[in-house]
Amino acid sequence: MLSLLPYVVGLPLGGFIVLLFFGRRLGRPGAGVIGSLTVGAAFVLSVFVYIGLLSRPSGTRVYVDRLYTWFAAGSLHVNVSLYLDPLSMTMVLFVTGVAFLIHVYSIGYMSHDDRFHQFFVYLNLFVFSMLVLVVGGSIPLTFLGWEGVGTCSYFLIAFWFERPSAASAGKKAFIINRIGDAGFLLGAFMVYKYFGSLSYSHILSHTAGTSHEVATWISLLFFVAAVGKSAQIPLFVWLVDAMEGPTPVSALIHAATMVTAGVFLMARLNPFLALSKTTSMIVAVVGVATALLGATAATSQSDIKKVLAYSTVSQLGFMFLGIGTGAYVAAIFLMVTHAFYKALLFLGAGSVIHGMHDEQDLKKMGALRRFMPVTSVTFVVGWLSIAGVPPFSGFWSKGDVLDAAYVKSPFLWVVAIVAALLTAYYMGRETYLTFYGPSRWSTDEREEHKPHESPKVMTIPLVVLAALAVLGGALNLPFGVKLEFLSKWLAPVFAVSPPPPHVSTSLELILGAVDTLVALGGVGLATSLWRSRWVQPSLEPRVLQKAYYIDSIYDKAFAVSGTKLALETNDVVDRKVIDGAVRAVTAIVAGVGVYARKLQSGYVRSYALAVSLGVVVLLGYMLTRASG
Amino acid sequence: MFPYLEVLVFLPAIAGVLLFFFPSEFPARYYRRLGLSLSLAELVVAVVMLLKFKTGVAGYQMTSSYRWIPSFGISWSLGVDGISLFLVILSVVLFPIAIFGSKETRDPKSFIAWMLVLEAACVGSFLVTDLFDFFLMFELTLIPTYFLMANWGFSLGGRAAVKFFVYTFLGSAFLLVGILALVFIHEASTGQLTFSISALAHTQMSSTAGRLLFLAFSVAFLIKAPVFPFHTWSPDAYSQSPISTAIVLGGVMAKLGTYGILRFDFQLFPQASRSLGWLILTLAVVGIGYGAITAAGESHLSRLVAYSSLSHMGFIVLGLFAFTTIGLSGAVLQMFNHGIYTAALFLLLGMIYSRRNTLDTSKLAGLQSKAPVMAGIFTVVMLASIGVPGLNGFIGEFMILLGAFVSHRWWAVVGVSGVILSAIYMLWAYQKVFHRKDPEQRGFKDLSVAEVATLVPLVILIVGVGLFPSLLLNRINPSVHKVLSEATPASSYQSSLGKVGR
Repeated sequence: MLSLLPYVVGLPLGGFIVLLFFGRRLGRPGAGVIGSLTVGAAFVLSVFVYIGLLSRPSGTRVYVDRLYTWFAAGSLHVNVSLYLDPLSMTMVLFVTGVAFLIHVYSIGYMSHDDRFHQFFVYLNLFVFSMLVLVVGGSIPLTFLGWEGVGTCSYFLIAFWFERPSAASAGKKAFIINRIGDAGFLLGAFMVYKYFGSLSYSHILSHTAGTSHEVATWISLLFFVAAVGKSAQIPLFVWLVDAMEGPTPVSALIHAATMVTAGVFLMARLNPFLALSKTTSMIVAVVGVATALLGATAATSQSDIKKVLAYSTVSQLGFMFLGIGTGAYVAAIFLMVTHAFYKALLFLGAGSVIHGMHDEQDLKKMGALRRFMPVTSVTFVVGWLSIAGVPPFSGFWSKGDVLDAAYVKSPFLWVVAIVAALLTAYYMGRETYLTFYGPSRWSTDEREEHKPHESPKVMTIPLVVLAALAVLGGALNLPFGVKLEFLSKWLAPVFAVSPPPPHVSTSLELILGAVDTLVALGGVGLATSLWRSRWVQPSLEPRVLQKAYYIDSIYDKAFAVSGTKLALETNDVVDRKVIDGAVRAVTAIVAGVGVYARKLQSGYVRSYALAVSLGVVVLLGYMLTRASG
Repeated sequence: MFPYLEVLVFLPAIAGVLLFFFPSEFPARYYRRLGLSLSLAELVVAVVMLLKFKTGVAGYQMTSSYRWIPSFGISWSLGVDGISLFLVILSVVLFPIAIFGSKETRDPKSFIAWMLVLEAACVGSFLVTDLFDFFLMFELTLIPTYFLMANWGFSLGGRAAVKFFVYTFLGSAFLLVGILALVFIHEASTGQLTFSISALAHTQMSSTAGRLLFLAFSVAFLIKAPVFPFHTWSPDAYSQSPISTAIVLGGVMAKLGTYGILRFDFQLFPQASRSLGWLILTLAVVGIGYGAITAAGESHLSRLVAYSSLSHMGFIVLGLFAFTTIGLSGAVLQMFNHGIYTAALFLLLGMIYSRRNTLDTSKLAGLQSKAPVMAGIFTVVMLASIGVPGLNGFIGEFMILLGAFVSHRWWAVVGVSGVILSAIYMLWAYQKVFHRKDPEQRGFKDLSVAEVATLVPLVILIVGVGLFPSLLLNRINPSVHKVLSEATPASSYQSSLGKVGR
C-alpha cells in the first residue's frame, strides 16, 4: 500500500493539469468538483498509505521511493524521490484532509467569481507543491515544494490583481519569502559541503559527530528560511497583507498548511537542532517573542481577517517555542490542531464575509448569530479551542508546548502564558464583535441585502472542522503511554534528539490547572469587556493596531530607499558614470570627440563596415601572402 | 558518415549568401517562409546530430579537419562535445523562432539573408576547433548583427549598432592580439606554427605572459557576455534591435562570451585562469547584484531584460570560475537555459509592443485581465528566470551556486543575493504591466494561435529541462569533467575532490 504514495502526490498534480487546460470548459461548479475530487481521492489514498506504514514495526517506518535522477554532476546526485516517515505521513494526512474540506467550501465561496476555474487551478497546484514539500526525499525537492507553495501563495494573494493592494501584497509575500529562501539555499550548500549528499536518508543517518559550529550554521540558515515561510519576527509582515487573498486561501495556505512548513522543516532537521543549543535557544526566543507580538497586535485589529492573521503569527510562534525547547511532538501536535481550529475560524470568517456581502470590518457587524446560526456556533467552538479551554483540542496541544517551556525556562513560560491569556481574549473580542451585541450594519430591509447563512457546501466543512477542533486533542492525551498516540507514532523521527523536557505528573496537573485558569480568564475578560460594547479606543491603542509600526519602518527603510537606490543606480551610476566613462574612453581612443556627433549616421555605418571589411581583407592578405 | 557539422555551418551560410542575389520583388511572406524552412531544416539536422551524439564521451565527436592554410598551420576543423552541443541546439532552436516571430516588412530578403548568415556564424563559432576559425566566426557574427540592428531596429538602432560594433570590436582587437601572441610564443618554443587549440593548450610560457594573454582573451569574452562593467552597450543594443535580433543577441550571442571563457581561457591558460579567477569572480558577483539593482530601476522592458541578463550572465561566469564539476556543468546548462527564457521574454515583449507600441512600464497596466493567456505564459517564463524550481532556470542556478559555494564560499554567498533581487525586479515589472486595471479603454488582444505556437516550444523546454535536466547533464558532464581535469594540476584536483567527499 506504500506504493500508492506517488499517486497521493500525483492526483492533485493531475487535477491541476486537467483544470489548466479544460478548467474553463468545466465551468462552475465542474472545475471545483474536479479539484475537490482529486484532493479528496488523495486523502483517501493517503489513509491507505498510512495503514501500510502503520503495519510496519515502529523502528522501520521509513519508506523511500526513488523515481528518477533529477540532476547530477561530479559527486552531486539528486534524485526525485519520496521520503515517507511518520512525520511526513502526519503532514500528508492533515494537509490532504484539510485541503479537501477547504476545496469543497471554496465551491460555494467562489461561486460568484469570474475566474472560478482559475482559483482551483492554483489551489490544486498548491496542494501538489505542499505534498512535495513534505514527502520530498532530498533538500532540493523540498525546496521545489517550498518554492511551489510560495509561488501559489503569490498567485492566490494577488488573485484579485485588479486591486493594487492585492497585487502588492502578493509581490511582497514572494519577495520576503525569498529572503528566507536565500537562507534555505545556503543551508543546503552547507549540508552538501559537510555531508556530500542532499538526500534525507543519507543526511539524517550521518549527523552523529557533526561539530557544534556546523550544526549551528546549518540549523540557523534553515531557521532563516523557516522565519520567512512561517512569518516569524522579523519577517512576519507579509502574512497580514496576505489577507488580501480570498478567504479560503487564507484558511488553507496562510493558516493551516503552508505557513507551518517552517515548523515542519525544523522538525525534519531536528538532529541538527539537537546538536546546537545556540540555535535551539534562538528558535525558542524568536518563537515566544513572535507569539507575544502576534497576540498583542491581534487584540486591536478591526478587520475580521487581520485578527486571525496576527493570531496565526502568534500561534506559529508557539510552535517554534515547542521546537526550540525540544518539544518537537508538541509542536507538531499544535500544528495539527491549529490547522483544524484556525481553518475553522478562517472559514467561519469567510462565511461571515460572504453573508455580509464582502464586509470585513468588525465594527460594522454585530448580532449576526441570529442570522448565521451554524457559522456562529462553529466559530465559538474555534474560539474555545484556540483559547485552550478544556477539553477542546487547543488545551491539550498548547498545554504540551507550555509545559516544555516551563521546564526549559520559567521566563519563556511566563511570556508564553501572557500570550495564551491574550489569545483567549482577542478571539473572544472578535467573536463578540461579530456575532453579539447590537447590529451595526445598515438596516436596509431589502431581503437580498440582509446577512444570510451560507449554503450547505460551506457550512458542512465548518461542522466537520468544528468536530475536529473539539476532538483533535485525542491524538495525544497525556494520560499514560497508551493514549499518547502522536508521541509514540513520531518517536522514531525524533530518536536522535534528546527526549522532550520531562514533566512530572503532579507538575503537569498544576500547569494544566494554570492553563485552564488562564484560558477561562481570557474568555471572561473578553466577555466582560466586549459582550455588549464595541467602541473602546483605550483597548485598541494605535501602536498595536499598527503592530508596533514594524511594517511602516520596513517600508521606509527598505521599500522607499531601495526604490531610490535602484533608480539612482540606473540613472546616474549606469548611464552617467559607467557608460560615461566608456564614451569618454571611446572618444579619446577614436580621436573623433566633437566630430562624432556631426557625422551622418549613414557615414558612421559605412565607417563601421569599412573597418570590419578592412580587418577581413587584412587577414586575408596576410594569409595569402604567407601561403603563397 | 553524414557530415552533420559541415551542413550545420554551411547550409545557412550558403543559403544566406545566395539569398542576397535573389530577386527582391516577391512578397515578404515568401522570404520569411524560405528563411523559416531553411532554419527548420537546420534544426532537423541538428536534432539528428543530437541523437547521434554519444553520451559518455568526453572529447570531440564527429570531428573533421581540412588543411586550409598549411603554411600558417591553419586548418578548418569541426567537432562537437558536451560543452558546445547544447549551444548549437540552442542556436538552431532560437533562429527559426526568431524568424517566425519577426514582423519586419522592409526589405525582407536582406533581413532573412542576414539572419541566415548570422546563424551560420553563431553555429560555426561553437563548432570550430581551430583558434583561427573561431576568431573568424566570432568576428563574422558582428557584421550581420550590425546591419540587422541598424537597418531593422528601432529609431535609435543605428546609434546602438555603432556602439555595439565599436565596443565588441575593441574586444576583438584584444582577442586578435592575444591569439597572434600565443601562436608566436608557441612557435618560438616548439618551432611549429599552429592554431590548433589542442596543440596550443600545452604552450610553455612565463606566468606573466600567461596572465596578460588570459586578460586579452577575457576582455573580448567579458564584453560579449556581457559582464560588469563591460555591459553598457547591451541595454541600448537589446532595446533598439528588432525583436528577432534581440532574441539572438541575448539568447545565443551572449553565450559566445561564456563559451569562449570555458573553451579558450580555461584550456589555453589554466594557471592564469586560476590565479586571476578571483578578479573575474568578483566582477561576476558584483554584476549579479548590480545588474539586478539596475534592472529594478528600469522602466523600459527590453532594457530591463538586458540588465537582468547582466545579472544572469554573472551567475554563469560565477559557475565557470568556481572550478568545480558541479559549478561548471551548472554554468553550461545555464547557458542553454538562459538562452531559452531570454528568447521567450523578448518574444513576449515583441507581442506587447506590436499591440501598444510601447514597452514603458509606466504606460502599460492591467494586461492580465485582457490577455490571460499571454499573462500565463509570461508568468511561467518570468518564474523560470527568477529560478523557481520545477522550471529550467533553477537547476543551473542551484548547481552554479552550490559548485561555487564548495570552492569559493564568500562569492557564492554574495551571489545568493541575486536570488532575492531577481524576484524583486521581475515581480515589480510584472505587477506594473499585468496587474491592476488598465486605465485605457482600448482592447488588448490576447495571443493569436500563431503567437502561442511560437512560444510553446520554449515553454516546453522551460518545463522539460526543469523536470528532466539530466537528459542534458548526462551529455554535458563528461566534457566538463575533462576540461576541468586538464585545467587542474593533479595534486590540487585531488584535494578539491577530497574536500567535497563524504
